[in-house]
Amino acid sequence: MTMIREESGRAIITVIGRDQIGIIAWVATKLAEYNVNILDISQTILKEFFTMIMVVDLKSSTLELVELANTLEQEGLNKGLQVKVQHEDIFTYMHRI
Amino acid sequence: MTITFAREEIQQTIKMIHEENLDIRTITMGISLLDCVTEDINSLERKIYDKVVKKASHLVTVGEQISSRYGIPIINKRVSVTPIAIAAAHLSSEGMVRIAKALDRAANELGINFIGGFSALVQKGFTEGDLALIDAIPQALSETNFVCSSVNIGTTKAGINMDAVKRMGEVILNCAQKTSAQDGIGAAKLVVFCNAPEDNPFMAGAFHGVGEPDCVINVGVSGPGVVAKVVKEFPDADFGELSNLIKQTAFKITRMGELIGRAASKALQVPFGIVDLSLAPTPAIGDSVAEILENMGLERCGTHGTTAALALLNDAVKKGGAMASSHVGGLSGAFIPVSEDAGMVKAVEVGALDLDKLEAMTCVCSVGLDMIAVPGDVSSETISAIIADEAAIGMINKKTTAVRIIPAIGKKAGERVEFGGLLGGAPVMNVHPFSSKTFINRGGRIPAPITSLSN
Repeated sequence: MTMIREESGRAIITVIGRDQIGIIAWVATKLAEYNVNILDISQTILKEFFTMIMVVDLKSSTLELVELANTLEQEGLNKGLQVKVQHEDIFTYMHRI
Repeated sequence: MTITFAREEIQQTIKMIHEENLDIRTITMGISLLDCVTEDINSLERKIYDKVVKKASHLVTVGEQISSRYGIPIINKRVSVTPIAIAAAHLSSEGMVRIAKALDRAANELGINFIGGFSALVQKGFTEGDLALIDAIPQALSETNFVCSSVNIGTTKAGINMDAVKRMGEVILNCAQKTSAQDGIGAAKLVVFCNAPEDNPFMAGAFHGVGEPDCVINVGVSGPGVVAKVVKEFPDADFGELSNLIKQTAFKITRMGELIGRAASKALQVPFGIVDLSLAPTPAIGDSVAEILENMGLERCGTHGTTAALALLNDAVKKGGAMASSHVGGLSGAFIPVSEDAGMVKAVEVGALDLDKLEAMTCVCSVGLDMIAVPGDVSSETISAIIADEAAIGMINKKTTAVRIIPAIGKKAGERVEFGGLLGGAPVMNVHPFSSKTFINRGGRIPAPITSLSN
């Protein structure tokens, strides 16, 4: 069936929270630690509100997507950041015909 | 490699999930019990329990994994089975209760939210098994936690079995009496259908039809909050534009169902059945179908114009949803349960919405009179007459209609019942004081309607 494409290993990481020094450094360090490759980063600050969207490749990752999501979410909470890691298919399915 | 998402698209998805209550309402695994049939009740009980537990053993775990993977909540994991009146047709009503309890133990073991299929299909008449099952419903629902029951009493092709309609009025009242300490929750787990679909993932009416495969995954989505938001954002859109906006939103909502259904099917190695593209409200603020209608410009849901607004909504949801999924089925339309929808509850409380208007609304939407509390001194014939009216709408309009009505024992119109969780709570609504007894006691069947001369 044509609708089922080969599943990619890509995920979208979104980080939302009050701006502070070292957010990207923290995420990038964590990802390097788990051997996750960063494909794209976009980041903005609106009224001290930090939003980052990152596309990553989990092919060589030492953690499963769900474990990575839990780890980043927990550590993010401690820094006052809302971190989500979602498989890219949720966005593909919703926004692409 | 190209990055294919705009920042706005990613933010929109996240907002829909976290602010507008977009979720997957249910992954429902349908399981056939036809291969469990055996005469000895002890082995029948065991075979049914074993098959359900074996087939659905990973349902909850897989549901949770998929939910984390895609970052979208999956609220319920459920199982539906072959109507027990078919799978256990030779049993007495005591035997039927034992099967209900076996299903309940299986549901408890699996950690699922509900198990549906304590059901009978009697549109044309009763078998001995149907009668035994219907007699067993009040005890079965009052002595189990997870079991849901449904009875199909009419179809467009067969007409309406009015003997069954009469009997179901008594059964509903009995269910409420047996569970009066919990505001009649037994009746909230029982649906009476006309034109019941065989692949419905929603409770309490889910059962696994005999035309279905051995095991199948069906998915129900939910997203009234998302639609309400988009309708609110465009107060000046004319009806054509409004319909388009709803279609686009329904497409996105249904795509989530398609994604999750396919992922669950693959992980569980069970064929994917259908996405039910219903708009199913929850008691959460902002997750209301009534609010969508009010955002279209009605002061309160239930006022003049509500039926037209609902017709537009229901049609646009189907049009958008149908393109989003390769297989659409189940109930597929906007639900208008009262207790499960904070906006509907409010509309009843302020006197904008009554039973008669709800009945009119069910002509243009899925599913029927749903989660409605009526005074506890209601007669069984009045309940039967309400069922008959609703079934007539379904039969003539070739659509599914249903009644899930809860007599609030010891309570009068205006008082409240509380069920908690997704079932919510609701004010008790008035029924007409005039009797339908003589009509209901006639018995027999209302003949199937002519399908040409269609005015």
